[in-house]
Amino acid sequence: MSGTAYTTVIGLEVHVQLDTRSKLFCRCSSQFGAPPNTQTCPVCSGQPGALPVMNLRAYELAMRAAIGLNCEIPQFTKWDRKNYFYPDLPKGFQTSQFDLPMSQDGYLDISDPEGAFEERRIGIIRAHLEEDAGKSLHDEEAGKADSRIDLNRCGTPLLEIVSQPDMRSAAEARVYLTELKLLLTYLEVSDCNMQEGSLRVDANVNLHIDREEDLIATPIVEVKNMNSFRAVQRALEYEVERQYELWQQTGRKLGDVGVTKETRGWDDEAQLTRAQRGKEESSDYRYFPEPDLLPVTATGEMVQSVRAGLGELPAALRTRLAREYQLSPYDADVLVNQGRSLVDYFVAVADRCGDGKSASNWLQQDVLRHLKETGTTIEAFAVPGEQLADLISAVHSGALTTSRGREVLTHLISNGGTVAQAMQQLGIEEVDQSELEELCRELLIANPKIVADIQSGKTKAAGALVGQAKGKNPNVNPHDVQRICLKLAAEM
Amino acid sequence: MGLSREDVIKVAQLARLELSEAEIAALTSQLGDVLTYIEQLSKLDTEGVEPMAHAVEMVNVLAEDVIEESFDREQILSNAPSRDDTCYRVPPVLGE
Ligand SMILES: [Zn+2]
Repeated sequence: MSGTAYTTVIGLEVHVQLDTRSKLFCRCSSQFGAPPNTQTCPVCSGQPGALPVMNLRAYELAMRAAIGLNCEIPQFTKWDRKNYFYPDLPKGFQTSQFDLPMSQDGYLDISDPEGAFEERRIGIIRAHLEEDAGKSLHDEEAGKADSRIDLNRCGTPLLEIVSQPDMRSAAEARVYLTELKLLLTYLEVSDCNMQEGSLRVDANVNLHIDREEDLIATPIVEVKNMNSFRAVQRALEYEVERQYELWQQTGRKLGDVGVTKETRGWDDEAQLTRAQRGKEESSDYRYFPEPDLLPVTATGEMVQSVRAGLGELPAALRTRLAREYQLSPYDADVLVNQGRSLVDYFVAVADRCGDGKSASNWLQQDVLRHLKETGTTIEAFAVPGEQLADLISAVHSGALTTSRGREVLTHLISNGGTVAQAMQQLGIEEVDQSELEELCRELLIANPKIVADIQSGKTKAAGALVGQAKGKNPNVNPHDVQRICLKLAAEM
Repeated sequence: MGLSREDVIKVAQLARLELSEAEIAALTSQLGDVLTYIEQLSKLDTEGVEPMAHAVEMVNVLAEDVIEESFDREQILSNAPSRDDTCYRVPPVLGE
C-alpha cells in the first residue's frame, strides 16, 4: 500500500526577542552575553512582593511588528499568568497573554522567486507580548547532578507570532520564516539572531490524507529544538515522512481515543525527530489575569502613527524596485533580501548613473561578492554609491571596459578616492579615436591573412587583433578595435 | 457546585504537591466549600454588565526603556537554598 494522496499542514510559532535596552517588567539590561546572574533584580528573579512595570518601548516595538504583519490592534489588551513549573522560571508562571492579546488576525504574503509555489497568504492568528525564561546551564563538574540556572534572560521581552496552519510544505515554512525575519529586520524590532536565541521556531505539523469518502488527519506533532531555518525544513521533511509511514503501519489518527498532541525534538546530528517526555497535563496552564500589571489601551491615533512610521516594507519595495528601475522580480528580490541599507545604496547608485539594471548587476556580481568574501556589510563598504555610479557611467560611455572597470573598483576599495583618480593612478586614459584608427591600421598591415579573411566574410577573424591591440595599448576598448578593424579592412 | 476527589488530586499534581489521603479528603471538602460560597455570584443578573478584565480601573502605566543598575549577584544569590559562585543550583530536570 502506497501512494495515497495527502496534504501537509504546517503552522509555526515564532518567538522573537524585541530589541529593547531593558527587560519587559524591570529595568535590568537585556543585553545578551553578560556573566551569569549579573543582570537580575527582585522582579526578574521572582522574589516575593516584587512588582512589574511594563516597558513602553517593548510595547511599541510589539505593536510595530504586529502592524507590519497586518494584524488588527484591539483597543484593550491585558496580560495573564501561564502557570507551570520549570527551574528557569522562578515565579512559577510566565507573564503572557491569553484571551485578549495585543494583536490578532494578520497575514504575511510569501512567494518563491524560483517559482516552486504560487504566491500564498499565510494567516497570522495572533502576535502577543510576553516574557522570556532563564537558562539552564550544563554542569561541567563531574559527579554533580544539579542543574545550574542563569536568570539573565529572564524577563526579556518576546513577541510570540502564531501562524495559521496555512503552510503546505517544509519549503514553504522555510520561505515564511525567511520573509518573517526580513520583515522584522526592516521594522528594526529585533536582530533575529538565531545563534543568540533572538529568534526561535516551534512547528506544528500533521497530514491530511485523502480517502474516498472522508478526510483523515494524522495526530498533530509539535517539533522543537530547531536551530536554523535549514533545520526547520529538514525536521519538517523528516516528520512528514515519519507520520505517513506511521499512519500506514498503525492507522492512528487525530480524534482516536488516547491520541494527544505529541512533542518531538529535532536531533540535527542524527537528522531525525525524537519523542520528548510529555509534560503531564502540560496543556493545563490555568491561565488567569495578571493582577500586578495594568491593561493597556491602544487608540486609533496611536495605531495610525505607528503605521505611518513603518517605512517601506520588503513586499512593497520589491514591487517598486522592479517597476522604477526595470529590474526582474528575481533581481529585485535579491536586493531587497539583503536588507534596507543595501537597497538604499542601490537606489543611490541607480539614480546617479541612471541605469538600474547595471547598478543591480554591479552590486550582485561585484559588491555582494566582495562583502561576502571579506565578511563585511554594505555599511562598512569603502566605496561610496556615487563613485560606483560614476564607474558604471564610465563603462557606459566606453571610457572603461567592464574588466578595467573591475580593476578600478578594486582600486577604489583599497585606496578610496574618485573614479577619475583611480583611472589616473591605474594609467587608464581614454584613447583618442584617431590614435585608435592608427593602431588598427598598423595591425591590419602587419596581418594580411586576417585582412583577407575579413574581406572574404569571416568577420570573426578580427577578434584575433583585439588581443594584439590591448598588448600595445591596454586602454583600448575591444568593441571599438573590432568595429574599426572591420571598417578599415573593408576599405583596403 | 462542590469539588471531586479527582479534581483535588489533579490540582495537587499541577501544583507539585504531595497530599496524604487525609489531606485529600480535608481539601476536597474545604475547597468545595469555597467554591460553593463563590457560586452565589452566579445567581446575580449580569445582563448588560461589561466583563471586567482587571480589578483596578487604571490603564497604561508604562515605564521608559532606560537601564537601571541590577542587583549585586552575591546579594541576589544569597537568598537561594543552593548555589555556587555564579549560579543557582537546582535538582536535575528530568528528561534534560
Ligand atoms: Zn530585573
